[in-house]
Parts: sequence; structure tokens; C-alpha cells
Amino acid sequence: MSKEKTYVDDVDRSLYDFRNEDKDAYKLQKGLTPEIVEQISKEKNDPQWMQLFRLQSLQIFNQMEMPDWGPSIEGLDMDNIVTYVRPKDNHMSATWEEVPEEIKDTFERLGIPQAERESLAGVGAQYDSELVYHNVRKEVADMGVVYTDLESALHGEHADMIRKHFMKLITPRDHKFAALHGAVWSGGSFVYVPPGVSVEIPLQSYFRLNAPGAGQFEHTLIIVDEGADLHFIEGCSAPKYNIANLHAGAVELFVGKNAKLRYSTIENWSKNMYNLNTKRALVSEGGKIEWISGSFGSHVSYLYPESRLAGADAVSEFTGVTFAGKGQNLDTGCKAFLAAPRTSAFINTRSISKDGGISTFRSSVVATKDAKESKAAASCESLMIDDISQSDTIPAMDIRTADIDVGHEAKIGRISDDAVFYLMSRGLSEEDAKALIVSGFADNVSKELPLEYAVEMNNLIRLEMKGSIG
Amino acid sequence: MSNNLLEIKDLSVNIDEKQILSHVNLNIGEGEVHVLMGPNGAGKSTLGFSIMGNPQYNIENGSIIFDGNDITNESVDKKSKAGIFLSFQNPIEVPGISLGNFIRNALEQRTGKKIRLWDFKKKMKEALKVLNMDPEYADRDLNVGFSGGEKKKAEILQLLMLKPKLAILDETDSGLDVDAVRTVSIGIEEYLKNEKGSLLIITHSTRILEALKVDKVHILVNGSIKYTGDESLIADINENGFEKYIQ
Repeated sequence: MSKEKTYVDDVDRSLYDFRNEDKDAYKLQKGLTPEIVEQISKEKNDPQWMQLFRLQSLQIFNQMEMPDWGPSIEGLDMDNIVTYVRPKDNHMSATWEEVPEEIKDTFERLGIPQAERESLAGVGAQYDSELVYHNVRKEVADMGVVYTDLESALHGEHADMIRKHFMKLITPRDHKFAALHGAVWSGGSFVYVPPGVSVEIPLQSYFRLNAPGAGQFEHTLIIVDEGADLHFIEGCSAPKYNIANLHAGAVELFVGKNAKLRYSTIENWSKNMYNLNTKRALVSEGGKIEWISGSFGSHVSYLYPESRLAGADAVSEFTGVTFAGKGQNLDTGCKAFLAAPRTSAFINTRSISKDGGISTFRSSVVATKDAKESKAAASCESLMIDDISQSDTIPAMDIRTADIDVGHEAKIGRISDDAVFYLMSRGLSEEDAKALIVSGFADNVSKELPLEYAVEMNNLIRLEMKGSIG
Repeated sequence: MSNNLLEIKDLSVNIDEKQILSHVNLNIGEGEVHVLMGPNGAGKSTLGFSIMGNPQYNIENGSIIFDGNDITNESVDKKSKAGIFLSFQNPIEVPGISLGNFIRNALEQRTGKKIRLWDFKKKMKEALKVLNMDPEYADRDLNVGFSGGEKKKAEILQLLMLKPKLAILDETDSGLDVDAVRTVSIGIEEYLKNEKGSLLIITHSTRILEALKVDKVHILVNGSIKYTGDESLIADINENGFEKYIQ
């Protein structure tokens, strides 16, 4: 029953194709067609403009080339794209038995109760989390905060606001998978924080992501108005199993004048996933975006959150950790675009690779001629656990003003035998000693996370380090 | 005569093919305090590392018996759990792990039991007080940015918390000012008093020994123990140096 299904080829696709009379017609036409997109749109009860937007995005998607500058995504079967964009069917077809053993083990080791496992794996109903979600929603609603799923928001009182912002920061022309996202996006969160409101508790999206049909192409749209303050947390350390192995979400963040937004993510997609996610923030005068990012899962990732500092004195801080284990090629990093005076961008990342994993860090800092008296500083450190793993740093800077302070610092190292010996001399096993060193190395991220997430992240590192003794 | 806690028999050790120790024999009884002296490069630290099991040191001959068990080829953590402790001459900085969390982690690994945070904090507080250390050290990253003296104190703090049967102190007093040596000595006395443990003290100076009752003194020269005597040997070496043992 529980045969491991790690690669998409293992799955009998016929199970997940359309179950309606048009089935054969769709099967004849390889790839994504306007008809399929129209049907998705109809099912979602999209407003007219959204349906048009989807169709335009589809056109762009069909015109654009696959990216050829990063890790190989040849394993992604684009001919079978229809199966990727029907997560609802996939969701309903998946059963607990189909969840790979390694993921079940992970739940076990992370100590997640049985009741929550099925919902975290994306196969079950999630009464508990729905309930929590509704409670949180009420609490913040009392402050005037809107926290809802994007589909219903499209028809609510904020419809115009969404239309004004939706895919304006990330446009379908940005790259092929942004176009795909525009055509088939589904699920996700909408958050609006009114001027001056400070949300004390972090909002957590994973309650929403677990909703049926969400998770593959979810769209997150957050607008933090003038002087407001929000911490939003996406994902959790439990791996999310999806039959379709493509994730192309989009995150658009609008940080108003003197507003502050912290966006934290711990991503742990199952190890068959192609994670081609796009995240971007637009920061107004005096505003601040803080990205906290942990990337652990997926087979291949392309992930480079971008901050556009459009107003004077805007700030971006990016703190990230990437852990690439066996069979993983994680290409992560961040971008900062400084386009106003006295803006600053700080980048602090750590990457870990083991068992032949490849971890590449890319950073791009662009400063226009208007970015006078600005600052940009990037620091990235890599830790390789063994000789067969790989770690690269690719920094790029495009600076168009002389009146700016920029710096870049990179360090690459192996795990220190002396440190392992030292920790073992106090009674830690080799595995625990190494896990502790790696957790310590990644503490730039864990110390920024709320305690329960930090604990989960450290458990995850411990788990990833298991069996690393060669 | 007390029972032997540690028996080193005919131990020869090399590192990268270079012979460092040859045919060392050394017995330490329960509750005994031994001092290992010798000129620079004699192999004193190597003996400490070899007992603890640093994988960079290759044991080519001989055996190490601890508490009746042959631990010659045992892993470092198992030796630690058996009750051997090494205070490092140059403690390693490990970023991202607080001294307190590390000790708690090590204690839990050794006992296999969870330790209640409250109990642990109470014990840490007492140990920090003995060593005249600011309680905030418990929250600082392990040895990171510690001065030489602070690192040595942190080693003795671990000694007090982990309560081994045998502690090897590798030049714990080197580079310390008079006050710090005094503080470290108080910590060592506390360990002897509470745990009735054994000590192997590797040192160049005698200041750290002043308050201790030393049972035996060994002189290590060119990788071999050339002479073993009682406490009086310390004064002799202080006055005349190692010259007469180097031949």
C-alpha cells in the first residue's frame, strides 16, 4: 500500500485527470489550453477582469522560454502541466497511504500528533487548523485587520484594492512561472492592515495553505498601510506532500509609509518538489521589510525574495538559511533594489550542504542614481558537512551612484573536526555534535523565529543530520 | 592503596606518522591528584588528547583501561559518558550555542534523561557563583568572544556541572592572571571535595597546585615518562628546571 512515491513518474496520472465528459478532449491537447484556464476561472467564480488576466497570462506563459541559468528543471514534465494545475482533484485523490514513508517518519520524529499529520500532509480535512484560523481571524478583525483567502476577498469589500495590487509587483512577464502562476493561481491569503494598526500576534498562513486546493499556486497579497506593523508566517517545518511536484506561488507585499512587515517562511516541501516561487516587496518611504527565510525541502528550488525600496529611508533586511541534503539543488538568495535616498539593504545568509547536496546563494543589489547616501551590506556563509557536497556564492551588484556604501562578505568552510571533538568530549554523539554545530550555524534565522518555529527548525536540522556520519 | 581508576599500559601514539608518545605507563587511583610536567613539546597535551580519544591521534600500541574497562578504541562521547573529562588548553568557539544550553544538552546526553530547566538553572547559578562568573555567561555563545581567562573558567564550570570521575586539566592555568588562577583553583577544590574525583593536571607552573594535595608528579620528556615522584618534585623542578631529566 505505502509504496514510496517520490517522483512524479511513480504516480498514475490517469487518476488525476479531469473527471468530466471533456476528459478525452483535454487528454488530446497536451499542455495548458485557454479552455482549461477558463474552466478554472469559472469554478472559482472569478470576476471578469481576473478571467481575462488569467488568459493573458496563459498567452505569455506559452511564449516564454524555460529558465536556463539555474539548476536543471528537466524533471518537470511540462507536457503534463494540466495535472499540476488541478490541485483540487489531486488533493481529493490523495490518501494517507500514498504519503511516502519518509514523510510519515518525519511527522513521527517531529512529534506531531497523528490527528494533525494528515492535514499537514495535505491529504486530510483540517478541522483543528480551520478552527484556529477562524479564531485568529476574529481576533485581528476586531482591530480592523482583514485576513482572508484571496478568492473570497475578490468578491468582498476589498475587491478594488486587490485589483489595484494583484500581480502588479510580480507581473506575468517576469518569468515563465510567474506567467503560469497568473494563469492558474489558486488559494492563498489576503491581509490588509489599516493605518497605524500594530498586529501583536504573528499571522500564520499555513492554516490557509492547508485548505483544499491551495498550496501549489497560492497567491499571497499583503498590504500594510501607513504606520502599521505586521508579522506574517508562512509554512511550517512539517513536509507537505503533494502528488503534483510543482510549486509556483507568488507573494506580493506592499509596505506603506513608515510601516513594518516581517515575513517569515520555513519551507520544507517534500523532496520531489520543484519549488519555483516568487516573492517581492514594495517598500514606501520610511517603511521596513524583514524577510526571515528557511529553505529545507524540495528537489530543486529557485527562490530569491526581492525588496524594492521605492521611498526614502526604506529598509530591507534579509535573513536566510538554506539546507541542501542528498539529491537537493537549492538555488536561493535575495534581491534588493535601492531606488531612493538613504535606503538600506542588509543581507545575512547561511547555507549548509551535505550528502552531495548543492546549495547556491545568489544575491543581487541594484542601486539607481537616486539611491544617494544609501547602504547595502551582504554577508553569506556556507558550511559543508562533507567532501561531496557543494556550495557556491554568486553575488551581483549594479551600483549607479558613487554616494553609497556597499559591502559584500562571503565565507565558505567545512565543519570543524576540532569542534566536533570538543562537543563529543562532553558526551554528545558525533551526530548530535554535528547537529548542534549546524543548528548554531543557522541561528541567524532561528533566533528571529517565534520559539515554537525555532524549536521546529532545530528539530528539522537534527533530523536532516541523522545518518550523516560517514 | 586505592583502586586504579585509570591505567595506561605501554601507550605509543603518533600523529601523521610522527611519533609523539612511546611506551607510556601511568596509573591513577580513585581520588588521586597527579601532576604531569615536562618541557614544551614533550607530548603532555598529546597524552590528554589520546586518553580522551581525539581521532587525529593514532594509538599504535598499548591500552587505556578506565574503571576496569578497556576504552582504548572507544569513541570520544562514550569515554566522556564513562566519566573522563578533558579541560582544553584552547577551548573551541562554537557560535550559536549558548554555554548554558550546551551544558544542559551534554548533561541530558550523559544521563539519558531530561533535566527540568528550573533545576538546571539553579545548579548553574551555584557553579557560576563558585567561579565568580557573571550569570549572563550562561546565555553567551559557547566560548565565542571569551577572553583566555573566561574560556578556562568556562571549562571548569563544565567540570563542576558534568561531575566526571577523572578530569584531565590541560594547562588550565596558563595565560591566567593571579586572581583568575585563584578562582580556577577554588573550582578545582570544589570538584575534589564534592565528587572525590581524580585529577591529572598538566601544567608548567605551580600556582594552581598550591592549594591542592598532590599525590604524584610525573616528568614527561620526549614522549616518555622519565621520572615519577612525590610532591617534592615540584619544588625541585621550579628551582632546577627539567635539565637533568633530558638526556
